[in-house]
Amino acid sequence: MGRYLRSLGSFWSSSLAMELEYPLNALIELLSVLGNLAGSVVLLALFYGRGHGLGGWSWDEALVVLGIYTLLDGYTSTLLQPNLGAIVNHVRTGSLDFVLLKPIDSQFWLSARSFSPWGLPGVLAGLALIGLAARRAGASPSLPTLLGTALLLLSSALILYSLWFVLAATSIWFVKVWNATEVLRSTLVAGRFPVSAYPPALRTLFTLVLPVAFLTTVPAEAILGRATPSWVLASLGMALLSLTLSRVLWRHALRYYTSASS
Amino acid sequence: MAIIEAQGLGKSFRVADKQPGLGGTLRHFFARRLKDIPAVRDVSFSIEPGEVVGFLGANGAGKTTTLKMLTGLIEPSAGAVEVAGFRPFRRQASFLRTITLVMGQKQQLIWDLPPLDSLRVNAAVYGIPEAEARRRIEELAEMLELGEELRRPVRKLSLGQRMKAELLAALLHRPSVLFLDEPTLGLDVNAQVRVREFLADYNRRTGATVLLTSHYMGDITALCQRVLLIHQGRLFYDGSLQELTQRLAPYREVCCDLAAPYPPEAFAGFGELESLIGQRLRLLVSREQLTATLSRLLSSFPVLDLEVNDPPVEEIIGRLFREGTVG
Repeated sequence: MGRYLRSLGSFWSSSLAMELEYPLNALIELLSVLGNLAGSVVLLALFYGRGHGLGGWSWDEALVVLGIYTLLDGYTSTLLQPNLGAIVNHVRTGSLDFVLLKPIDSQFWLSARSFSPWGLPGVLAGLALIGLAARRAGASPSLPTLLGTALLLLSSALILYSLWFVLAATSIWFVKVWNATEVLRSTLVAGRFPVSAYPPALRTLFTLVLPVAFLTTVPAEAILGRATPSWVLASLGMALLSLTLSRVLWRHALRYYTSASS
Repeated sequence: MAIIEAQGLGKSFRVADKQPGLGGTLRHFFARRLKDIPAVRDVSFSIEPGEVVGFLGANGAGKTTTLKMLTGLIEPSAGAVEVAGFRPFRRQASFLRTITLVMGQKQQLIWDLPPLDSLRVNAAVYGIPEAEARRRIEELAEMLELGEELRRPVRKLSLGQRMKAELLAALLHRPSVLFLDEPTLGLDVNAQVRVREFLADYNRRTGATVLLTSHYMGDITALCQRVLLIHQGRLFYDGSLQELTQRLAPYREVCCDLAAPYPPEAFAGFGELESLIGQRLRLLVSREQLTATLSRLLSSFPVLDLEVNDPPVEEIIGRLFREGTVG
């Protein structure tokens, strides 16, 4: 355990050092987060400005969902994109060999090796928006509610991670899966709005097939005090299940790894 | 007790069997035909601790595939392999701490950062305490003649410096079995010699077992008492380098400088003419005919200088692979 923590420390400090070699990235990323957020708010305002609601959610409540989306998007840029996005390259160039020959869990290495600070503005903006909008929506969360929300956000993060990792792991067979991960990331955009805003068919899709509903809407319900413990449990169960699935699949995939020829 | 033991090792890859052209592509799309290509067949050998063994073979002969089975990157399709008492493909942590793999054409150092940063990561992953890691880095850096380079971004290092830093990173955990795949690839002669000297020194100091593949015969002749020759996926020869040259090349090379120019025809009956550039003559002469040919040569031509050598190993191996059989 200590070795894993120390490894994580060395992973992230070296990633930070590497990212700081290119400081211009910071500015671009900050601008892009602000731009995206502003765009989403404007879009949302268009719906509400004309007196339409979104699936029975008030303006402030819908902003909570948007805040959670922004938070998850920041997490994606900080951890998922830099790590899981690199797996395809590891497979294609054969540098996965070096990872597999280290006496450390290969899934851990591949999932935690990089850390990109440029997603952090998104995380902060998301947290701020959630807090602000929840207060305006009249939520005064108790400690258990906050705890439940935190658990739900944790399971959102885990579900998203597992889904992405599974897609990236299939590169062992298909090598080219950039497109698949792109599709995943754009489906996430659907999570900017409450899931009840979508037509029933899409709603089913977003709940059962692509768990977009679990990612943003369910945690938002929780912070607004509308989620039941059974929701929290279901989401946690889903997170554990997908995490287990990703591990099983990875172990299976490695049996098929042939390593790029020299 | 052998440290590396391979018994009837084999590996075949399943590849798509596709005809060229649009028709072939369409047919392949609808009815994918697969076939198994054997890359390595029935390879058996055993290596004792502390040996330095050269692994020879043409491109595609199966060297790298064998190396990957020995390091546990791929699973053998046939036979058994044991390294330091472990089954490699299970990749247990204690096995991975025992071995290392250096690949001339792939690198593990972080491109944008100084090697020291990558070394810190490796120290953490292998659980080497920081003070101990510093001591080892110092020691290896001295052997490799690396100093201030360890503090410069990898992308700013020369190929030779980078390779030495790669070696440092691969040896930080003190492995006792080293697998080196073309460790001197692309290096200039000086850098090649330095890497060779380091490997010999490391082997002497630590008693580590070394298995290396190389295209440069110089690496093999300088380092290895024993070679494994692999050809078309099969083990072709296992023994000393000297014996291999004798077996494959029952002739010697005669070089002389002549006092006057002669046409190539003048040397018919003096063995096989290898080259005649200006007044410098090179002949291949069978060992039995050597003395007789030499005395005839000296009496028939004005010879200024004479030299008799074993033909270069590259040439013998190259000849072997071209002909595809043992001479």
